[in-house]
Amino acid sequence: MKIAITSTGNSLESNIDQRFARCAYFVIYNTENKAIEFIPNPNKNKQTGAGPATVQFIASYNVNKIISGEIGANSKAILDSLKIQMILIKEPERKIKEIIDMLENS
Amino acid sequence: MAPRIKRLRKIIQPPVVKGFKPYGVTNTEQNEKSIILLYEEYEAIRLCDYKMYNHLQASEIINVSRPTFTRIYASARQKIAKAFAEGREIKINGGNVYYDSPWYHCNTCSCYFNNPNIDDVIRNCPLCGSRDIVSDNFSPVSQETLVDDYDDYCICPNCGYEKKHEYGEPCNKVVCPQCNSFMRRKKFF
Repeated sequence: MKIAITSTGNSLESNIDQRFARCAYFVIYNTENKAIEFIPNPNKNKQTGAGPATVQFIASYNVNKIISGEIGANSKAILDSLKIQMILIKEPERKIKEIIDMLENS
Repeated sequence: MAPRIKRLRKIIQPPVVKGFKPYGVTNTEQNEKSIILLYEEYEAIRLCDYKMYNHLQASEIINVSRPTFTRIYASARQKIAKAFAEGREIKINGGNVYYDSPWYHCNTCSCYFNNPNIDDVIRNCPLCGSRDIVSDNFSPVSQETLVDDYDDYCICPNCGYEKKHEYGEPCNKVVCPQCNSFMRRKKFF
């Protein structure tokens, strides 16, 4: 199963990005082989329509879950129809490393 | 004049089948074309006749007014009756809809999450695995995200000084602190 986490930087010490569509990086964590991949978000500086574009981009990686701080109205509707689970963490200080540890231990 | 924009109808559960086919019929010209039942019409029938809600309750679930719901329901019954009487195929697709799912809150790691697949029962938090979860009417869509939230800057055409645009304060009335000329909005500059 693949899980996407929004990140402010490209290291495990970075914090979770509170924005989904315009986050700096995506971390794709594969629960089967424990692989961690950092992907820069191509829609970071898009002025309009970043939500649907980012959903399309991240759905092409076949993720099952998305961890972020907040997800906009447009993105939420598309994610619902794609049956991708959304997990929202409202703590901007949470590190990527801590989230991956939590996923491994659960 | 353009017609009024239709409000999106909220669908909790997508239909389990794509449609229904009659059997034991000979193809006549009358039943060649299939009837298209919209998603919202399917949902109206499911809520009213299967879940036994009344029109007012169902209209709140589907997020339209009660009269609009009654119109959707009437049209659904009309279409189904037509399909039965004329032996036509029913196809479920189209419509002006969006999907929604129930939300939960985990008391251990204080995260929010939804259940996209309504057939699966959620017992554990997907993040920390805790069983201490409660159902929540939380919606991740806050008022701020509905406004265009991209970064907006004012720029000075004279010296190139930039500052973040203050909402409700026109840029062309703001004086640049470096060269005292009026600022402009960066995205129109």
